[in-house]
Amino acid sequence: MSVALSAPDISRALIRISHEILEANPSTHQITLLGIPTRGAHLALRIAATMSQIVEHEIPVGMLDITMHRDDLRMRPPRPIMPTSIPNTGIEGREVVLIDDVLFSGRTIRAALDALGEIGRPHTVQLAVLVDRGHRELPIRADFVGKNLPTSIAQSVKVQLTEIDGVDEVLIEAI
Amino acid sequence: MRHLLSISDLSKAQAISILDTATELARVSDGAVKKLPTLRGRTIVNLFAEDSTRTRISFEAAAKRLSADVINFSAKGSSLSKGESLKDTALTLQAMGADAVVIRHSASGAPQRLADSEWMLGSVINAGDGTHEHPSQALLDAFTIRKHLGKGSPDLVGIRVAIVGDVLHSRVARSNVLLLTLLGASVTLVAPPTLLPVGVESWPVKISYNLDSVLTTVDVVMMLRVQQERMSDLFFPSAREYSRYFGLNADRLKLMSPDSIVMHPGPMNRGLEIAAEVADSARSVIVEQVANGVSVRMAILYVLLAGQPLEAGSK
Repeated sequence: MSVALSAPDISRALIRISHEILEANPSTHQITLLGIPTRGAHLALRIAATMSQIVEHEIPVGMLDITMHRDDLRMRPPRPIMPTSIPNTGIEGREVVLIDDVLFSGRTIRAALDALGEIGRPHTVQLAVLVDRGHRELPIRADFVGKNLPTSIAQSVKVQLTEIDGVDEVLIEAI
Repeated sequence: MRHLLSISDLSKAQAISILDTATELARVSDGAVKKLPTLRGRTIVNLFAEDSTRTRISFEAAAKRLSADVINFSAKGSSLSKGESLKDTALTLQAMGADAVVIRHSASGAPQRLADSEWMLGSVINAGDGTHEHPSQALLDAFTIRKHLGKGSPDLVGIRVAIVGDVLHSRVARSNVLLLTLLGASVTLVAPPTLLPVGVESWPVKISYNLDSVLTTVDVVMMLRVQQERMSDLFFPSAREYSRYFGLNADRLKLMSPDSIVMHPGPMNRGLEIAAEVADSARSVIVEQVANGVSVRMAILYVLLAGQPLEAGSK
């Protein structure tokens, strides 16, 4: 088990992602952040707080549960359904940035795109992740990446956040 | 969890997880698009060997909102009315590849028989068997109570519920006593002695024969239907007398605290166990129970069917 990102690394990466999102979307009033529960939702809140500070207006942030849209539901025991909360501004015509902790096969993001489609039609959908560990199974890529982490398929990447785990760090473990 | 046959098979954590799942799924029912792809390609058979409106429609709506294929099958108009046995019916359903059977049957234990047999491999969901249990109704009742009086708590600790009327014939009462006490609520049964089952003293409930005195002390009153179709005997002298002692009318409603709610599993005998003005009053959540029923049944189908399919033959 090795530490791939420490607390200061994570904090720097999130600040950089916040700036990159603002750079890529000049009409900042159109941005909506949606975190994917559970850790993605906490990352979204942190990024929204940083962005709101920079642009000096509130960036709407919510969370999007994608459990019901997964294509691998039948391969595992039933998962609990997490809350979905969409900001009052909605997503219709907006620049939606999905936020997740780890980008791996890309199947979570495919499910998230399906879940978004049921709610409305954003102008664009972008993707920000803390860690991109490779091994994609679908034609999906992230627009904003905290850290590219080349891993073997036999390893697992574990993101821990203060809000849930009491500590900020990203670990690589051998399974 | 593979089958839902009885509330007694559930742990407190499992029951709460079904209610929590239902809370999230209720938002789907409120949203613009009322359909999720979760059970696409699964076949759910509604096998109703006894009449039902609410439960059958509710399970059908729940299955369809999760994109499952639904086959409805009622005793009237099928080979069941020609005397086909439960076994042959089950074998037919298995041959057609049913992933789950929602069964209502007049014989207590019919769903258990189906689940224990090797006749079919899918999940069995008890939608009411004889005078035994009706677990999905109890779950939707608990969901409704928690929504109104739970104050954000996951369980029902401290909530006082009166279940009034024909407890003897009521599978709804049996399932509700098990579930509500599992979740920490205290339950009082109110009925004439003739309509209480033998052995009721061993249930984890209080018993009273006086509705007025109980009403002042409870948060929820659940009226039960007088099940005339199951009554082979004379259980009370007249409908008028029953109504006078055990019916919920507007005067009795005034005895209850202003935050309390009135429930009824339906179908109602208006004027017998519940007065029309009470059933239609602002305190009545009877119509909402039906709406909650769809969310709770979606949660049941999700928990039983969405996960990993079990190996053939495993229980």
